[in-house]
Amino acid sequence: MASQSQDHYFVPDASIYPFACSIALFFIAMGGACYLNGFAFGPNLMMVGFLGMGALLFKWFGSVIKESPEYNMDVDKSFRMGMLWFIFSEVMFFAAFFGALYYLRNLAIPWLAETELLWPGFEATWPSSGPVGADLVVSGHPDATAVMEGTKYGLIDPLHLPLYNTLLLLTSSVTLTISHHALRANKRTSAIIWLAATVALGVWFLYLQAEEYIEAYQVLGLTLGTGVYGSTFFLLTGFHGFHVTLGAFILFIVLLRMMRGHFSADKHFAFEAGAWYWHFVDVVWVGLFIFVYIL
Amino acid sequence: MSNANTAHDHHDDHDHPMPTGFKRWFMSTNHKDIGTLYLIFSLSMLMLGGAFALVIRAELFQPGLQFIDPHFFNQMTTVHALVMVFGAVMPGFVGFANWMLPLMVGAPDMALPRMNNWSFWILPFAFLILILSFFVPGGAPASGWTLYAPLTIQGGMSVDMAIVAIHMMGISSIMGAINVIVTVLNMRAPGMTLMKMPMFVWTWLITAFLLIAVMPVFAGAVTMLLTDRHFGTAFFNPAGGGDPVLYQHIFWFFGHPEVYIMILPAFGIISHIIPTFARKPLFGYSSMVFATAAIAFLSFIVWAHHMFTVGMPLQGELFFMYATMLISVPTGVKVFNWVTTMWRGSMTFETPMLFSIGVVFLFTLGGLSGLMLAITPADFQYHDTYFVVAHFHYVLFSGAVMAMMGGAYFWLPKWTGHMYNEKLGKIHFWLTAISFNVTFFPQHFLGLAGMPRRYADYNPIFTEFNQWSSIGAFCLGLSQLLFIYIIVATVRGGKKATAQVWDEPEGLEWTVPSPAPFHTFDTPPTLK
Repeated sequence: MASQSQDHYFVPDASIYPFACSIALFFIAMGGACYLNGFAFGPNLMMVGFLGMGALLFKWFGSVIKESPEYNMDVDKSFRMGMLWFIFSEVMFFAAFFGALYYLRNLAIPWLAETELLWPGFEATWPSSGPVGADLVVSGHPDATAVMEGTKYGLIDPLHLPLYNTLLLLTSSVTLTISHHALRANKRTSAIIWLAATVALGVWFLYLQAEEYIEAYQVLGLTLGTGVYGSTFFLLTGFHGFHVTLGAFILFIVLLRMMRGHFSADKHFAFEAGAWYWHFVDVVWVGLFIFVYIL
Repeated sequence: MSNANTAHDHHDDHDHPMPTGFKRWFMSTNHKDIGTLYLIFSLSMLMLGGAFALVIRAELFQPGLQFIDPHFFNQMTTVHALVMVFGAVMPGFVGFANWMLPLMVGAPDMALPRMNNWSFWILPFAFLILILSFFVPGGAPASGWTLYAPLTIQGGMSVDMAIVAIHMMGISSIMGAINVIVTVLNMRAPGMTLMKMPMFVWTWLITAFLLIAVMPVFAGAVTMLLTDRHFGTAFFNPAGGGDPVLYQHIFWFFGHPEVYIMILPAFGIISHIIPTFARKPLFGYSSMVFATAAIAFLSFIVWAHHMFTVGMPLQGELFFMYATMLISVPTGVKVFNWVTTMWRGSMTFETPMLFSIGVVFLFTLGGLSGLMLAITPADFQYHDTYFVVAHFHYVLFSGAVMAMMGGAYFWLPKWTGHMYNEKLGKIHFWLTAISFNVTFFPQHFLGLAGMPRRYADYNPIFTEFNQWSSIGAFCLGLSQLLFIYIIVATVRGGKKATAQVWDEPEGLEWTVPSPAPFHTFDTPPTLK
């Protein structure tokens, strides 16, 4: 057992979790590839990987929580920097999709419309599901009407569910900050209540997003296959929704820990890391609301 | 300073006992053991990727089809590149970083030791998936390592396996890079200000930043490939309004910083070796730092020079041409600094120094051919010819890989406590340097004469240069067996190395005994 004094940087003992997590990751990745290619055992393999990863991360984080009294300020700083750089990597992941949106909307679509030979009759508009069918209309093809009918889709009204979701997430950032201030002032009950409110707002957001997706698929005919508009819409909002799920889960765990008496007024890195992550997710949403829904 | 780590000996009884067997190698939280694992993995992948390259060179010894069919040839070029880039070069440098960064900045270990081990253990599994893809219907990916759409949209199951393997490699790289940044920024010994950091630490700090910035972008690109393949999205499909060129833009936004990820740590390594054997401090330290930063910045705004022939607007072609040429300024600063460091030094030519001088000379040749490729109108002629192949092997093999070999000889005594066999080391250098040039120099001529790359067959007029290239390649591959022999022999025995190893080298790593003890700098050393 490592029992170093506070002036020592904490170097943990040997641990099986990294190696075991790598095996779980292997199952997830391999299972995913098999699943996508129609092997019946693919989903099972993936499930084994996910369950294993979940259990291992639970144990791993558990051991970090147990060790945490031994961490000195340097270790704390390492964790903080690590979390910030991780969030930066997430920013760059979203940047790839925002970049794709910019390129498709402002360059690819206009270029396709300029290429008269390839897709006569296609006009550059946004949103666009692409030029499929446009040439059939021009040439008076008998299937033209049917094909064009198949490409019809409606749009999500930005001032309905997306606006509610914007307000929900922005409010959740405020409640989270109130909770943080309460924790720092050692008002635990208040901190717990405001954090619970934050998690609830996050779940509410996810519920509304699920409704929006159902509306898109069942009423509007807007799907992943709706050309580049559907692709960028669902991948951007979908990855964001996934991150909200993750962020809400992190905050939920932090809430449980807070209810069990973890964290002190001046030492609560997990809370802060979760909060940073939540604010990051919030900022991405504002970007989505502007560039995907409104513009 | 040589007594730096003995001041707090009374802490030693609190330390963990040194683990053995499974616990030591699979559950490690020790930066030196994890560094060793990385280096062994990198060397194994170098051999595997090299074997793939020899299949390619065997087939190209003569025009016509001899040994393998064109589809398998394409699999070889693809997997050779993926294995070399993600399996040999990147993990190799991470191995150096693991071993040397804590020693160089006076830290007890990497900042996040368990995550460090996870970064490593993801890699063998990722490459297991990549290698398993040879055995699925249709074989391994055959699209080239860049995995361009639409070829990869049409490919078989192996493309999905490559995609998930790349996701895993990305997770590994990002965690490794976070660890490096945090170690460098948070764990330096008191008194080691940023501008007093050794060059290798500086180059890795900037490399780690590049990794965190671009690996997620690559993850995004292959994710779009995956959804285009299986979930009906249209990112790269013009019928849905998409554009295959979009893939190339996203890929190269990752890909160009990636090539600096593979060369900046090499610059760092030789910036340690040259001053040591010239017995002079590094010339222009701060200009080296700023040049590294400038290269990193420029790497983000030059990506489309990989795509000059794809059909971009003229303004784009011009912008990317000029931006690319700008890179030769900071790179030139580095080359001149190395040369000036050697100027009037009292030089000796041990193996690490031979490799470093080899790097300065041969990498510069690669840089000059890169300058030729940067000229847009000229690139229309060179694009996708063997000229490009020659160019990037001059910067990647005689830049990155030879710098790692030099670094291995330089620090092997510190790692193992034994001196390597100097005579064999020199023979290894000369075999490597000569056979490398025999392999790749003729490819410049092949490319200028118009031989396209990634084909299993060629016009008979190219035969003679190809034969030179193949003979060189086999010599180059076989020479590396000597490298492995030297390393194994040094690990097992040899002349005892002193703590300093070389003649008054600079840096904290030379203040600890050789081999470096399992735990070093439990309490930070004090700097002079």
